[in-house]
Amino acid sequence: MSNHLTNLTLKVWRQSGPNAGGHFESYRIDSISDEASFLEMLDVLNEKLIGDGREAVVFDHDCREGICGTCSLMIDGQAHGPQRGTATCQLHMRKFQSNQEIVIEPWRATAFPIVKDLMVDRSAFDRIVEAGGFITAPTGGAPDANLIPIAKPVADASMDAAECIGCGACVAACPNGAANLFTSAKVAHLNLLPQGQAERWSRVEAMVETMDEHFGSCTNHGECEAACPKSISIDFIALMNKDYRKSKFKNRKLIDQI
Amino acid sequence: MVELNAKIPAGDIAEKWDNYKSDMKLVNPNNKRKFKVIVVGSGLAGASAAATLAELGYQVDVFTFHDSPRRAHSIAAQGGINAAKNYHGDGDSVHRLFYDTIKGGDFRAREGNVHRLAQVSVNIIDQMVAQGVPFAREYGGLLDNRSFGGAQVSRTFYARGQTGQQLLLGAYQQLARQIGLGNVRLFNRTELVDTVVIDGRCAGIVVRDLVTGEIASHAAHATVLCTGGYGNVFFLSTNAMQCNVTAAWRAHRQGAAFANPCYTQIHPTCIPQADDTQSKLTLMSESLRNDGRVWVPKNADETRSADQIPEEDRDYYLERLYPSFGNLAPRDISSRAAKRAVDSGRGVGPLKNGVYLDFSAAINRLGKSVVQERYGNLFEMYERIAGENPYDVPMRIYPATHYTMGGLWVDYELMTTVPGLYAAGEANFSDHGANRLGASALMQGLADGYFVLPYTIGNYLAPMLNKATPGVDHPEFKAAETGARARYQQYLDIKGTRSPDWFHRELGKIIWDYCGMERTEQGLEKALSELPPLYEEFQKDLRVTGDGASINQTLEKAGRVDDFFQLGMLMCKDALERNESCGGHFRSEYQDEEGEAQRDDENFAHVAAWEWTGDPMNATRHAEELEFETIHLAKRSYK
Ligand SMILES: Cc1cc2nc3c(=O)[nH]c(=O)nc-3n(C[C@H](O)[C@H](O)[C@H](O)COP(=O)(O)OP(=O)(O)OC[C@H]3O[C@@H](n4cnc5c(N)ncnc54)[C@H](O)[C@@H]3O)c2cc1C
Ligand code: SF4
Ligand code: FES
Repeated sequence: MSNHLTNLTLKVWRQSGPNAGGHFESYRIDSISDEASFLEMLDVLNEKLIGDGREAVVFDHDCREGICGTCSLMIDGQAHGPQRGTATCQLHMRKFQSNQEIVIEPWRATAFPIVKDLMVDRSAFDRIVEAGGFITAPTGGAPDANLIPIAKPVADASMDAAECIGCGACVAACPNGAANLFTSAKVAHLNLLPQGQAERWSRVEAMVETMDEHFGSCTNHGECEAACPKSISIDFIALMNKDYRKSKFKNRKLIDQI
Repeated sequence: MVELNAKIPAGDIAEKWDNYKSDMKLVNPNNKRKFKVIVVGSGLAGASAAATLAELGYQVDVFTFHDSPRRAHSIAAQGGINAAKNYHGDGDSVHRLFYDTIKGGDFRAREGNVHRLAQVSVNIIDQMVAQGVPFAREYGGLLDNRSFGGAQVSRTFYARGQTGQQLLLGAYQQLARQIGLGNVRLFNRTELVDTVVIDGRCAGIVVRDLVTGEIASHAAHATVLCTGGYGNVFFLSTNAMQCNVTAAWRAHRQGAAFANPCYTQIHPTCIPQADDTQSKLTLMSESLRNDGRVWVPKNADETRSADQIPEEDRDYYLERLYPSFGNLAPRDISSRAAKRAVDSGRGVGPLKNGVYLDFSAAINRLGKSVVQERYGNLFEMYERIAGENPYDVPMRIYPATHYTMGGLWVDYELMTTVPGLYAAGEANFSDHGANRLGASALMQGLADGYFVLPYTIGNYLAPMLNKATPGVDHPEFKAAETGARARYQQYLDIKGTRSPDWFHRELGKIIWDYCGMERTEQGLEKALSELPPLYEEFQKDLRVTGDGASINQTLEKAGRVDDFFQLGMLMCKDALERNESCGGHFRSEYQDEEGEAQRDDENFAHVAAWEWTGDPMNATRHAEELEFETIHLAKRSYK
């Protein structure tokens, strides 16, 4: 069942550190099984480089099941490569062909400085969550879980948003380097739930403003949704914008929240 | 000399935890900020512990080798989390969850710890819902449950096929809040490379900044390791690529006993290996066994495709062998049954290395849309990896290493044998005995972090108030830093011919072949004769390219593989010394006529806790006897 692809050329971005200049280097993969994942192909490349006494290509990855959000590659100019709704680590070589040239780059965005080679620093995402992406519920003292029923469609919509893996593909795909899809997914996850209502307006205000400090602004290109490995819907951005506008009013007139 | 005092509180089993809480020492809220606690790891156990300790007022430093706390391996858990809520009125109770866990663990866990786990399970669900975890709901808006292997009640809460992700995001958000408030300092991309013990207490840790390669010390009043399991010793496992044993192993080398390293869990439902570039195996959630039926062809020379094989030529072996649990038989039992089916030549797929997990009956009974609702994302994941559509063709599955029940020995307070050093989550050995039931690891991680450690740490810290503790300029810290620098420099200096991954693969093969699903005295002896020479080769012939002053994943890997080698030796020794079969530890010599595990309660109803002596091949074995006061030791039968 397993076929082999032969004669692949990889053009890989190499950059020794955040402040160093970078460049492409070309490597050849003579043969690779189409059952191999894209990252397994890079493992093979790295073994070869080490064999030749050269430094392995640095790239971020961990779960290799599309859930941790660690992997992050621009493949032929597409965040996470050609397969829709699929993170780099779940992409398999059966999506490529023999004799192909594949260009591999890191996420490119001002808010995500390159650490080395294909690895970037996405901690600006953490800053957005720290600003308000939570429900204040200290440990202990939570009421019984079934005390507040949540209509299934509401729970499902919240879950749709909560599926975001924080990979940053949306930012990398956006011509403006905006983080609206990521931020709106977190805002919607919490703002849709009854538990999230108490902090609804302060949350959206704090998160949006922190986002604006680090990232570019959204001009509705929609590239983010197409690149997102979890197919997070751009509708959440509309919801966030609506809540943000309201927050400007509500946060100042606290009484309105009642 | 290691002393194993489990410190189980007195009293009836149901009252022990309350008795403990009413007797423990407290730290006054205003004094809490005088204490520094280090938490290593930001998975469910680490994030929940760190957030809660910070809320209480302690100064907390969190370390993770990940770029963000949200990426810890807990994120990958799919199936669900258990809790004795009895929301469905099907007869569940704290006692039943306690009983199921002890029995599931094949009577090799401590009653006191397990009962507490069952007790606090109910608080976990409340806590996570309050934080906004979007668990699955029924149409009336109440929480939905499913059942999992080893239980006859429906007590598993879930969020689609991403329960671990949603729980971790909940705990991460709570941690993020504390980071934002300045109560927690986060050190990401930072790896623990040693623990420091001064005057018999854990004084702190030595870490390596993965981005700059710098080695630095951090001192604290107490240190908690929430660093996950060691399943990657097998090379191929369902664990994330970066999971490793380094933190626990370095603590072990500083005096923390390592308990039951041979108790590893093989999960029955993973996608079989496809070729030899394979870097990891992917789990298909066990929840699939709720609606999928496991079978292989009756005949080894079967050539027809699955849909062409009539019912009478199929062997639904789990339903046949274990009629009351059927496809939901516990993991170790299902895994061995799959191995036997494949070993008998009846395996399916191009490499004949799997068994079918078939949903056609469920699709006929429930309709495709219900099946899609329950398992849609798992089916998609399968299709992406295997290139086949499970709505049309049965899935192919095979067991793979998944979880490690063994880990750092801890007492009732989750303290290791080193005072001031704690272990929580998968990194400790405490609650699952020789086999963990599905959906119980998430429960344990959160129980430890939210509801146990925040109490027990206070009991240790209270008497330390206003007493001076060693700072990072203490000579022991400096010596540990020098040792760590030398260690990483050494890997770079060997300049041999083989990469760390090459050695890891070879190590994994030995461990899988001889210390995997079935073990024998002969095989283990063989492993123990093959490991030391391979380790020696590693020390002489390793090649790490690049340098130690910027991010170098080859170098990181070298350190991890080094520790895996030493752990691997201890695992095989532990498996060899345990002359019985129990849970995930199946020794072929000890089985009954029907091929079921045969325990030896007379000689082995104990925890094996190993003490470091400088050489893992000569570690010293200590035993903590297990007393079963509440549950009678019985043969674990799922017939
Ligand atoms: C594929 C899969 C599916 C699973 N499904 C389920 C399920 O459905 N239900 C269930 O109950 N259980 C499940 N489990 C098991 C469960 O997910 C884990 O046991 C549990 O999440 C472990 O949590 P933890 O907090 O102990 O460790 P982890 O989540 O593994 O976190 C470890 C943390 O420690 C850090 N760390 C480790 N070493 C160091 C070091 N040296 N220095 C600094 N930081 C370090 C890491 O960065 C990470 O933050 C599953 C496991 C797998 C592999
Ligand atoms: S919204 Fe999608 S692309 Fe953006 S971080 Fe989340 S998962 Fe990644
Ligand atoms: S490596 Fe985890 S999502 Fe790709």
